Amino acid sequence: MTLTVRDIAHARAGDKGERVNVSVIAHDSAGYERLLRELSETRVLAAYAPVAHGPVRRYAVPNLLALNFVIENVRGGSVTATTALDIHGKSLSALMLAIPLFGNEPET
Amino acid sequence: MKAGHLRIGSGAGFAGDRWEPAAELVEHGDIDVIAFECLAERTIARETLALLRGSGPGYSPKLEERLRAVLPACAAKGIRIVTNMGAAAPVPAAHAACALAAELDVRDFSCAVLIGDDVRDQLSTRAELTLLESGEPLESILPRMASANAYLGADAVAEAMASGALAVITGRIADPSLFVGPMLHAFGWSYDDYAKLAQATAAGHLLECAGQVTGGYFADPGVKDVADLARLGFPFADITPTGEVTIGKLTDAGGRVDVATCSEQLLYEIDDPGAYITPDCVLDMGGISLRQSAPDRVQVSGARAAPRTSSYKVSVGYFDGYLGEGQLSYGGPNAVARARLAGEIVKQRLALRGFAFDDLRIDLIGLDSLHGPAEGRPEPYEVRLRVAGKTENRAAAEAVGWEVAALYTNGPSGGAGDFSSVREILAVQSVLLARDLVPTRIKLIETR
Repeated sequence: MTLTVRDIAHARAGDKGERVNVSVIAHDSAGYERLLRELSETRVLAAYAPVAHGPVRRYAVPNLLALNFVIENVRGGSVTATTALDIHGKSLSALMLAIPLFGNEPET
Repeated sequence: MKAGHLRIGSGAGFAGDRWEPAAELVEHGDIDVIAFECLAERTIARETLALLRGSGPGYSPKLEERLRAVLPACAAKGIRIVTNMGAAAPVPAAHAACALAAELDVRDFSCAVLIGDDVRDQLSTRAELTLLESGEPLESILPRMASANAYLGADAVAEAMASGALAVITGRIADPSLFVGPMLHAFGWSYDDYAKLAQATAAGHLLECAGQVTGGYFADPGVKDVADLARLGFPFADITPTGEVTIGKLTDAGGRVDVATCSEQLLYEIDDPGAYITPDCVLDMGGISLRQSAPDRVQVSGARAAPRTSSYKVSVGYFDGYLGEGQLSYGGPNAVARARLAGEIVKQRLALRGFAFDDLRIDLIGLDSLHGPAEGRPEPYEVRLRVAGKTENRAAAEAVGWEVAALYTNGPSGGAGDFSSVREILAVQSVLLARDLVPTRIKLIETR
């Protein structure tokens, strides 16, 4: 079975106008190291390509075992003027959780 | 203040929030202050327009109902109320609160109103300011401006609290500042004590969305379960005079407060976690440590802050056309293909009628409306067509829902359950305005 981000972390999305931030918080430090290795800006942008033009910025927050991604230029414009059903991008955390993880067996 | 700390409750995280958790905190929470955050980015633009058109009071339409749930207990126990429910009309909001107090037989009730966030006058002569989102000059939206409000800070809230009024009513204010202000007032901290402001701002940010730190916006059944989510309680923070912060919830209330819920909320709507800009300081979350100190208690420590910037962020609301929308459902064999055909037909008919749109979007709810199209997704049993068009032309916006409903007898087989709407779009962009251009004052309003 393919491991996904959801198996080692949780996430929350919030909006700031035409950008959305998605935090990814690992359940433990091994998970955090794995997120740090695998969740590059490029991979996250690829996962969000259907909903955002990018670019994507990544901030490491090791004290919270978290990465914070800021995804620019969400398609359809800002929260206040978009035609999208999800005007705030609130569902976009789930897209992060679905990203498959490569590499080895689950780190136990 | 009891036991050497100040306890601030969070009574609402948005304009449409539930009432019961605030009443629960006031009745059983042993709190000193309750703050209600009810002003999303464009809410104030909407209320400003309502005021101009005479279609609303200009303050939060739910102010009376929300205060009714807590006012007698707050007055009896001396619990101070802080809220931005004043929206575009904080003085009338205070009069409404006083009238409600009189109706409820609450004696000696008064409101301190914070005035000065409305900066439409200042902006009207500063067309050259740059819009932070589009990079265009303010001039590009100035003729369509509906509202312009500066995000005021905790210093003004503390000043209002010093009046002694039970309630502080504001318009636009930075969300964390609603909570930082009472701390400044209670402890007499200097507004330049950034170590304290950092801890206070971290606490305010954790509290500002109410239930989002106690287990709301969190549950993923089987993976991240939240006990008794139906009775989700709202949070409080205990703050000591030295700036120690503990987030908690009432034992009997539903929800959970732990490192996971606090971590999610700390990073909620954050850009660079090393530089979260508020009117009070620039918070650096890089040193923050969250520790479970007891069941449903999380201790927050290590927040750092750089000095506040020299300007206020101003949120400018402006009229940006109309959004027309229509929906219709399809189910059973070939539902997706029928819905796709239906969407294509609506698009063609709108074009044949000569309507143009800045953006015309076709979604299949159940398949691609939230996360866009992707290869390899299984076809759902039923889908809901959604067509949404943004345009300056109201007639074009109305035509969207009309053409979707017309699919009943003029489209593919089996369309069901139509819905349509047209709404005015109030968009929001931001500018920065020098602090000295935004004078504030406090107006005291008492029960007559």
